Amino acid sequence: MNLQAHDTGVATPHTSDLDSIVVRFAGDSGDGVQLLGSQFSQETALAGNSLATFPDFPAEIRAPTGTTYGVSAFQINFGSRLIKTAGDQPDVLVALNPAALMVNYKGLRKGGLVILDAGAFKDKDIKRAGFAVDPRLDGTLKEFRVMEIDISTQALEVAKPFGVSQKEALRTKNLWVLGLVSWMYDRELKSTMEYVSRKFGAEDPIGKANLAALNAGHAYGETHELSGDVAPVSMPSVKVEAGTYRLVSGAESLAWGLVAGAQLAGLEMVLASYPITPSSPILHILARLKQFGVTTFQAEDEIAACCAAIGASYGGKLGVTASSGPGIALKTEAIGLAIGTELPLVVVNTQRGGPSTGLPTKTEQSDLFLAVFGRNADAPMPVIASRAPGDCFDVAIEAVRLATKYMTPVMLLSDGYIANAAEPWRIPSMANYAPFNVQFRTDPEGFHPFLRDPKTLARVWAKPGTPGLMHRIGGIERDYNSGNISYDAANHQKMTDTRAAKINNIADDIPEQTVEVGETQGKLAVVGWGSTFGPINRAVFNMRAKGLDVSHIHIRHIWPLPRNLGTLLKSYEKVLVAEMNNGQMLQLLRGQYLVDAKGLLKVSGQPIKIAEVEDAIRSQLASA
Amino acid sequence: MNVQLPAEKLTPKDFASDQEVRWCPGCGDYAILKAMHKSLADMGVRPENTVFVSGIGCSSRFPYYMATYGFHTIHGRAPAIATGLKLARPELDIWMVTGDGDALSIGGNHLFHVLRRNVDINILLFNNEIYGLTKGQASPTSRIGQRSPSTPMGSVDSPAEACVFALGCNARFIARGIDVQAKELGELFSRARAHKGASFIEIIQNCIVYNDATFASFTEKAVAAEMQLHVKHGERMIFGKERNKGIRFNAQTFALEVAVMGENGVTEADILVHDEKNRVVAGLLAAMRPPQFPEVLGVIYCDPAPSYEAAVAAQDAAARAKGPGDLDKLMRAGNTWDVA
Repeated sequence: MNLQAHDTGVATPHTSDLDSIVVRFAGDSGDGVQLLGSQFSQETALAGNSLATFPDFPAEIRAPTGTTYGVSAFQINFGSRLIKTAGDQPDVLVALNPAALMVNYKGLRKGGLVILDAGAFKDKDIKRAGFAVDPRLDGTLKEFRVMEIDISTQALEVAKPFGVSQKEALRTKNLWVLGLVSWMYDRELKSTMEYVSRKFGAEDPIGKANLAALNAGHAYGETHELSGDVAPVSMPSVKVEAGTYRLVSGAESLAWGLVAGAQLAGLEMVLASYPITPSSPILHILARLKQFGVTTFQAEDEIAACCAAIGASYGGKLGVTASSGPGIALKTEAIGLAIGTELPLVVVNTQRGGPSTGLPTKTEQSDLFLAVFGRNADAPMPVIASRAPGDCFDVAIEAVRLATKYMTPVMLLSDGYIANAAEPWRIPSMANYAPFNVQFRTDPEGFHPFLRDPKTLARVWAKPGTPGLMHRIGGIERDYNSGNISYDAANHQKMTDTRAAKINNIADDIPEQTVEVGETQGKLAVVGWGSTFGPINRAVFNMRAKGLDVSHIHIRHIWPLPRNLGTLLKSYEKVLVAEMNNGQMLQLLRGQYLVDAKGLLKVSGQPIKIAEVEDAIRSQLASA
Repeated sequence: MNVQLPAEKLTPKDFASDQEVRWCPGCGDYAILKAMHKSLADMGVRPENTVFVSGIGCSSRFPYYMATYGFHTIHGRAPAIATGLKLARPELDIWMVTGDGDALSIGGNHLFHVLRRNVDINILLFNNEIYGLTKGQASPTSRIGQRSPSTPMGSVDSPAEACVFALGCNARFIARGIDVQAKELGELFSRARAHKGASFIEIIQNCIVYNDATFASFTEKAVAAEMQLHVKHGERMIFGKERNKGIRFNAQTFALEVAVMGENGVTEADILVHDEKNRVVAGLLAAMRPPQFPEVLGVIYCDPAPSYEAAVAAQDAAARAKGPGDLDKLMRAGNTWDVA
């Protein structure tokens, strides 16, 4: 081990009060970095810390080893205070090869700690990563503290006796690192040991080798008496609301929320989907929940998936389809059919970078226009957005509620960051949710398929198999008074108006817009939606602590917008919309309310940083 | 499985909706509609347990004229919507009505998958070899040389063969009928409904406006006996005015050929007996088209296999056998911690 304490004068102290720390693990996409990160998150959650994670991986499953584009990373921010983002800048970077260092060292906090696998720094690896000379020798890392350990050899030596191949032995290095980092932050290894035993079986040599590597990494920390702020740090648990907690990813809580929504509606669910990154986990999770009255269908394409979900809804079940931008684009015609025939449908859009294939594994919020406006003709539908992994549960329930109550498709916006990230989540109790059971029409008296509830304007839902209610629906315009085909001009006007009014009326059935942090009026409101909640919230909180007059407004119901939002926005001198797109919510708010809002817009595939929001706040408040 | 209520026996009229039929006068669709009304009455089905799903095109207006449940959907996607409906409600009788453009052009992908999955849906493909509703463009079944607004110098693309396509998709029930042959159509409808799994019927249908008489070479009364081969399981494939022609297998060319009994030593024993379970012969029969061959009509292939929705339902049932899921329990499984 070689700990270089560069005395360059730039080394700032560690995080001031150690109430939070950001660790970034990086390596080849085959190094098991995601597993390393998620297990460390699990240990950290069980230790009672607040945390947020950011899995950041390439689209390639196994890119050529040692290349920068094959680098997979996992960032975790954890602490004894409430953590709202995965952190702007890592305090610690674990780089398992030169490419991982190349891609990530510039983001590290000055004075931060770099842990390198010296065993992976052979000349050809260094060249392949794009370093002209060894970055450990030429001052590249002079602003950081560097700890070199030959992790490869350490893992190899400890794993070999179990009779595993050289390749398998080397692959235990992620567990070795986990052992070391767990020692550094005083984490219990128990949950990881259980995980490894469960995955490989107690007697499997690979499992045993991995457990040995885990313990060896931990023991390395202990026996080498690592000093300074590499020495073990104990972080007190965060003060949070009482309850039972777990780690949850956005995909998990969203899938569970759909199940919960279907139960509350008294319906069975048919999820029809086509594989697409980063939406597929929803299909995988629900495919294992058949005992909850869920049927899953992997369709031949995105269009078929949406159509099959519509077919299921027509049959009296809850049709759900989940995809990502390119898939949603393909579904748009079918969504129009659901709007025209007024059938319930939940469309989940886990957004990613675009256009076209874009950045499949990177996050973005650029499908807002697609969600609100992206269909032929006047085809309104409700749109709601989740703000964090755990929040997906309630948002999914709300999507089901709106779809069934108003007989309409609903678009639920999540994103790649929310879907993959994990956070501690206070597990809800289903007893605390009020059911909203669907009432199917059974009475033939006076029946036609477009009879409407006078208040919600929702049409009746009559399912095939019901005697006396045989009827025909379809994509052709329907007569307001009978549901039969109608090409009548006045009728089309009336039906178009009715469809619009039905969706607009939902604004009466959703909460009024509140202010997350700050006042209902003042100099500046920072407006966000979706996964920018965390950085905006923290930034506004920080800036208010410094005495700045700024408030945070977070919009969950994207369409229709809350009734009071326009008035609220106009009570601030300035409005700043922070979002991960080129200004879509910004345009929507300007168009709806004629407010002179400005944008903090970012599409780098990475979440917006707290510091970026803080800078924007300062600059907005500094200018006249 | 339909619950048969002890209700009155329904008549063909009971299956006709109150909507005015809006196909062109003389359209072959009228005959098919009438055959369906009668056929459903004969089968004794209940209208509330019957659903017609269609795509877009002239044929796809069919559901509006049925007094059953009906869903007129979007172009090419009826198989996907019908599949979702069947997954949700396996007990319903689902009929899908489509055309050559709807099923083989824009919806070719979905037709392939509904057939290979073997979803228990009765698929009626009205083939008139033209786009009617969009005013007469060439369709994927139009023959080479077909002149149309989109092919003024004649179509140059090679036509799709509906029954050959279906067989290639591993459909387990393939039949062909003609719009005006009501009795035969009725039998095919009944066979299709009885067949568990995807049933595919190509219905030769005359478009009187844009492609009139395109099938006249085998549908005209004068030539029907010579140009139509009605196959029946277990019977020899004999046709012709004199009932002296038949289909035999030529072992040299590995192909079917027309043979005349009493000529060149051909006897009845040389004529193939139709075996609807024989997939290889079904392939040869499906590919036999006029004018070289008579048009093959009837059930060309029928060899049932487990249907998709039944397999899905079996998995769902197996998962539910241990009792319904408990969401509170599910969310608390694995690593959790309590905060006081």
